[in-house]
Amino acid sequence: MLCALAAIPILIAVAVRVSSAVPAGRGPAFLDRITQNGLFVGVTAMVVSVPLFLPLTVGVVAGDTIAGEAGQGTLRYLLVAPAGRVRLLLIKYAGAALFVVVAPLVVALVGAGIGAALFPVGPVTLLSGDTIGTGEAMVRLLLIAAYLAVSLLGLSAIGLFISTLTDVPVGAMAATVVLSVVAQVLDALPQLEWLHPWLFSHYWLDFGDLLRQPLSWDSFAANAVLQAGYVAVFGALAYGRFITKDVLS
Amino acid sequence: MSAAGPAAELRTELSIETRGLTKRFGHQLAVDDVDLAVPKGAVFGFLGPNGSGKTTTIRLLLGLASATGGSMRVLGEEMPGKLNGVLPRVGALVEGPAFYPFLSGSANLHRMDAADPYGQAATRRARVQSALDRVGLTHAADKKVRAYSLGMKQRLGIANALLAPRDLLVLDEPTNGLDPQGTREVRSLVRSLAADGATVFVSSHLLAEVEQICTHAAIMSAGRLVAQGTLAELRRAGQARIRVLTPDPGTAAQVLAGLGLAATVSPDGAASAGPDAVLFAPLPAPAAAPAPAARETAGAVDAGQQAVEPEAVVAALVAAGVRVRGFATEQVSLEDRFVALTGEGFDVVQ
Repeated sequence: MLCALAAIPILIAVAVRVSSAVPAGRGPAFLDRITQNGLFVGVTAMVVSVPLFLPLTVGVVAGDTIAGEAGQGTLRYLLVAPAGRVRLLLIKYAGAALFVVVAPLVVALVGAGIGAALFPVGPVTLLSGDTIGTGEAMVRLLLIAAYLAVSLLGLSAIGLFISTLTDVPVGAMAATVVLSVVAQVLDALPQLEWLHPWLFSHYWLDFGDLLRQPLSWDSFAANAVLQAGYVAVFGALAYGRFITKDVLS
Repeated sequence: MSAAGPAAELRTELSIETRGLTKRFGHQLAVDDVDLAVPKGAVFGFLGPNGSGKTTTIRLLLGLASATGGSMRVLGEEMPGKLNGVLPRVGALVEGPAFYPFLSGSANLHRMDAADPYGQAATRRARVQSALDRVGLTHAADKKVRAYSLGMKQRLGIANALLAPRDLLVLDEPTNGLDPQGTREVRSLVRSLAADGATVFVSSHLLAEVEQICTHAAIMSAGRLVAQGTLAELRRAGQARIRVLTPDPGTAAQVLAGLGLAATVSPDGAASAGPDAVLFAPLPAPAAAPAPAARETAGAVDAGQQAVEPEAVVAALVAAGVRVRGFATEQVSLEDRFVALTGEGFDVVQ
């Protein structure tokens, strides 16, 4: 799955490289900047994968946590071992969280790498108009990856909870992915504006703040608080469900 | 038939003890008021037709599912309260083996052992090795489980139960999918485990197997425990019969009828008797408890029969000039007892 994620920046970079110059302002954000600065491959790839591809992979990983073991029958042996239900749940969530951290990082680093290989690399002009050096730009790139990792923690907690509800891993995965899409659709409807700040996907694309000088942490903090809330609520639900669940698979 | 009589009460130390154990799924009672008593050190056969609640009972005992009612003690500890203290001392094979197909056999065991907080990492390699050795899988230890046959997976499942020294082994259908050699090995394995002092709780529907290895047994039917005790006790509850080998079946049948015994001539070829016929007749037990019908060939049972001593039967036969070439009294097999308690054919009570 990480390979599939790594393929995105590579596809973008190669596509831009072999085609003629991209007209400014068309295609995904920052796509037109790639030919001038390879580091933007990483940024573009992250922008492209936020709405669907990252949630998809996170949904697969988080949905598989408990339901996958149940479907395979190994859950009963882990519990009889005894792994301990709380311990198992925590380790499974830690695994999903690790994936959430690594996934955007892979996109960013592979993007920066392939960009550096195919395009010139140099100082980066930020959204605020300031220019920063390559090293500073890499730090910003990693910050965006960290922002996305935090953004997806809530979704992975939702996936963990759904995974405790069923013995069919594919069902849990699909339900998690569908929820992430539904949340984004709701977020796009202006009639539901009152709901928007509560949607776990609300801040997903707000990492533009990290591309300004001076750095603004406002959206990072708001996002972190929201995601922590989701982790707490759905973590508690998953705990409540799993601790009393009859394991019959 | 009372499940746990007063005899079962704490005279011996019990490895598993349940009181009124009940599990309800919706409207269906999967386990209904079960009082199990498994003595320490016993090889306990847990019998019952498919769907009679054996596996559900095992899930309750292992804390995989929570009981609707009743209480359990496993290895002397209250369950499921002391679950995490008890389970490391219990090895289990529940409803068939399950492994990660993309990992090798030994990697699977390593992973399962790592899940046990008491499984010491330092001794893990040696313990995995010896468990694989014990089930004869050393040669396939590095093969992916995907490539294992059903019997090999079954062995690996048993190996998983043997990863650490256990006081109690719960084996659900351990010989399922095994070839005759594997079945024999499992039997000797169970015996050796029992010889080491472990209690072995084997669920099975293979009665011959249970008869060979078990010291005690319990029979489940439709969620209820219908019989429990030592094998001898279970058999005694059934009715004995006599078997007469003679070339004069007609006269013999008359003599037996005179004694109040309903004789049936076994169908040709059923017994290797050459020119001789084989007669069966149910022998009323001295303290005639009305017992259910035994085998079909044994015919109907007359509950009002007088007690007849087997030697008196032989004497009567000989006195009547019947050439008796063979005579035996036979205990009912566990199978007869099982069928009598759980019903005939496929219309098993649900």
